[in-house]
Amino acid sequence: MQKTLDKFAIGEQGVVCRVAGEGKIKRRLFDMGITPGAEVLLRKRAPLGDPLEITVRSYELSLRITEAQCVVLNVADETTAGEAAK
Amino acid sequence: MKRFALAGNPNCGKTTLFNSLTGSTAHVGNWPGVTVDKRDGVYKKCPEPVAIIDLPGIYSLSPYTPEEVIARNYILDEKPDCVINIVDATNLERNLYLTTQVLEMDVPIVIALNMMDAVERQGDKIDAKELERRLGVPVVKISALKEQGLRELMDKAYNESQKERHGITVLEDTALAHLIGDVKIALAGQNVGNPLFHAIKLVEGDEIEVEMHKDTLPMVEEFKATFNDDVFGTDFEALVADGRYKYISKRFAPVLTRKNKEKFATTRSDRADRVLTNRWAGIPIFLVILFLIFHLTFSENFLFISTFAEWAGKPLPTLEELGLDVENYGVRWLATIYDGTIFSPGVIINNIWNDMMVGELFGWIQGLVEGSGMAAWAVGLINNGIIEGLGAVLSFLPPILTLFLFFSILEDSGYMARIAFILDRMFRRFGLSGRSFLPMIMGFGCSVPAMINTRTLADEKERTATVRVIPFFSCGAKLPILTAVAGAIILRFAGGNGSADLITYSMYILGIVVAIVSVLLMRSTTLKGETPPFIMELPAYHAPQFKNLMAHLWDKTKHFVKKAFTIILASTIVIWVLTHFAFDWTFLQDEAINESILAGLCKLLQPLFTPLGFGSQLGAYGWVFVLAAVAGLIAKENVIATFATLGACLMAVLKVGDLGGVTADAIAADDTGVSAVVAMIAATGVTVPGLISFIAFNMTTIPCFAAVGTAKSELGNKKRFRWTLVFWLAASYIVGAMVYTIGSWWWTLFIWLAVAAAVVTVIVFYNKGKIKFKRNKKVV
Repeated sequence: MQKTLDKFAIGEQGVVCRVAGEGKIKRRLFDMGITPGAEVLLRKRAPLGDPLEITVRSYELSLRITEAQCVVLNVADETTAGEAAK
Repeated sequence: MKRFALAGNPNCGKTTLFNSLTGSTAHVGNWPGVTVDKRDGVYKKCPEPVAIIDLPGIYSLSPYTPEEVIARNYILDEKPDCVINIVDATNLERNLYLTTQVLEMDVPIVIALNMMDAVERQGDKIDAKELERRLGVPVVKISALKEQGLRELMDKAYNESQKERHGITVLEDTALAHLIGDVKIALAGQNVGNPLFHAIKLVEGDEIEVEMHKDTLPMVEEFKATFNDDVFGTDFEALVADGRYKYISKRFAPVLTRKNKEKFATTRSDRADRVLTNRWAGIPIFLVILFLIFHLTFSENFLFISTFAEWAGKPLPTLEELGLDVENYGVRWLATIYDGTIFSPGVIINNIWNDMMVGELFGWIQGLVEGSGMAAWAVGLINNGIIEGLGAVLSFLPPILTLFLFFSILEDSGYMARIAFILDRMFRRFGLSGRSFLPMIMGFGCSVPAMINTRTLADEKERTATVRVIPFFSCGAKLPILTAVAGAIILRFAGGNGSADLITYSMYILGIVVAIVSVLLMRSTTLKGETPPFIMELPAYHAPQFKNLMAHLWDKTKHFVKKAFTIILASTIVIWVLTHFAFDWTFLQDEAINESILAGLCKLLQPLFTPLGFGSQLGAYGWVFVLAAVAGLIAKENVIATFATLGACLMAVLKVGDLGGVTADAIAADDTGVSAVVAMIAATGVTVPGLISFIAFNMTTIPCFAAVGTAKSELGNKKRFRWTLVFWLAASYIVGAMVYTIGSWWWTLFIWLAVAAAVVTVIVFYNKGKIKFKRNKKVV
């Protein structure tokens, strides 16, 4: 199932399948290692709900919800995602 | 001399390595045209001395940030003899992404595999020999922190610098290989240096390259037109980035053997973050840390010990109450630490510096000058002009350094990035990012370190906007103006009943409101631009390095002292001359300041301040307020000091013994400045709204020389700096006028609201393109 990163629950994982968006932001996402095949885990949301903190290529990255909307990931079906959240 | 450039990701230990290699030879400046730190130094242990150039920390060689453009232009144009690419071994994949780009350039490269100690501590292993074989360039394991492997690294680099190296690419296996190969041959045919690098950038459609190789572009476009990938279509930027990471995952990542096979293992840093950026505790913890920093820097009541003692019914005695002689040298040292209350470390350092060191030294020089038999004007110029002026500026050094130390610790430990993470949401509303919060809050302490701290902001426009509003966060030196005037208002107009603190607090809030309104205005007019993106690494927490911190502080000290002895000194002398000479160039004593050139000029300026309540309506002596404000441009401490001088002088001129019940002696004895302001009120008949407008004006106008000098160097661009001065003047004038008119005639509120509504409407329509002005205003 495909899903954008902003829709992730805390603790949910996925594999990047493509990055939408334009120019500067897309390039920056690529440069930081968010490329197809990269495994991503949503660590947490900031106290005010935005930005998000993810783990990608074994380091921590923060990005805003608007930027996370550009990242489309493949996730395992709902049940395994729910287990991962625990 | 050979030149080696250090390149690597931010937080890869580049600065530590640089400091270890260059030691005391390091020199810090700015890259030409931009305010990005430029560091260079000399390494002496190779067969010949080698210049080390520290390139800015970058993740990629894209054309989108000034740091990346600097780094790439340096390697391409300045052709260093070797590039030392520092790779954080704990974060191999992302660090090697930059390496794959540097490898494409025709330059000798050595990889420094840093933080190997941390990798081994986790029980992981990296096969450096295998990595070296796969990369085709030497790989040296080092620990910049423990200074291990540096000798070997530099020897290898020196060795490599004797050879020639041609760029190689990791994109050979991708569908793009042919395309890149063709463009490379075409470029090499034109004798372009680094053909492989340029070819790949052209294929990516890189803005800078496209501009540079206009002739080759049609050919590239022709090649590209025949190309289509199943996944990315014709998104070449994506194809290239994906190709690099794919290659890294396949070929380089396997050299790392992890002990913990779990994909997303929880590290110590993650556990710390669970608390520090916790949904509920994150913000309170941040506020406590912020409070502690200010408390440790500025508080004269360390940990509130004396307050607790008072509650317990045993107030701590002052030194005098202890029967000590406060003039005694030893007791004076004691007084830097304790006098009825225990001082905070920042205050203690400040006291030692100002009372025992600078004060002593300058007092001694002043004594010498006085006894030397020079002309009165020369003594005055040296003692009151130069020495006092220098003293006023140098006295800022301790709080600036203390604040800087704390903020460097936050930055080095990795917590600063978390602060930005926590607060970003709030600041985005004003078109800023979470990072701009710290410089602003630092402004409450002192504008100078605050403005220097804006260097952490990536976006140039965000930086300019932040530098401009920093003075509105009322600094420590402006507080005496607030308390003196507020105290005098309560004493003179409310018969002593009322809270001066309330006035002080409201002025602080006024400053914040003015800052918010200004940012919103600038971001929707002259500094328009998208909210900068916030795709930021949250580096793993680690203990800050003492050596790095000291190097940091030393840089700031050098920078500040240099400025104090140049621009600030010159300005102080000019102001002193203007206040101590009459128009016929006769020398005036302090008491005759009202006959000085500056007083004359201020009398001319006086009518300008009528809308602010301290202009022509104050009659013959109204210029004193103007003069005080002008004197405040040197240092804000001067505002109240000027009142004190003028108070005595006005009594002499008016031939009265007291003004508003305050005698000359009372002014001299009162170091809060309240009496001096009371005397001014009595002499001029200024109203309460006029006084409040006066504080508001001083708070929001051009800051002191030290801050103006810092703003000049931080803004980098002359035109932008001039507009900043205009902005400060305009902001303070409007705020002052608003305070005075609304305070005097409440109904003028509606006029101001109508004007504000009109301005907002014009801006909104202009931005929607419904109104057009003829002259196309340039962005400043």
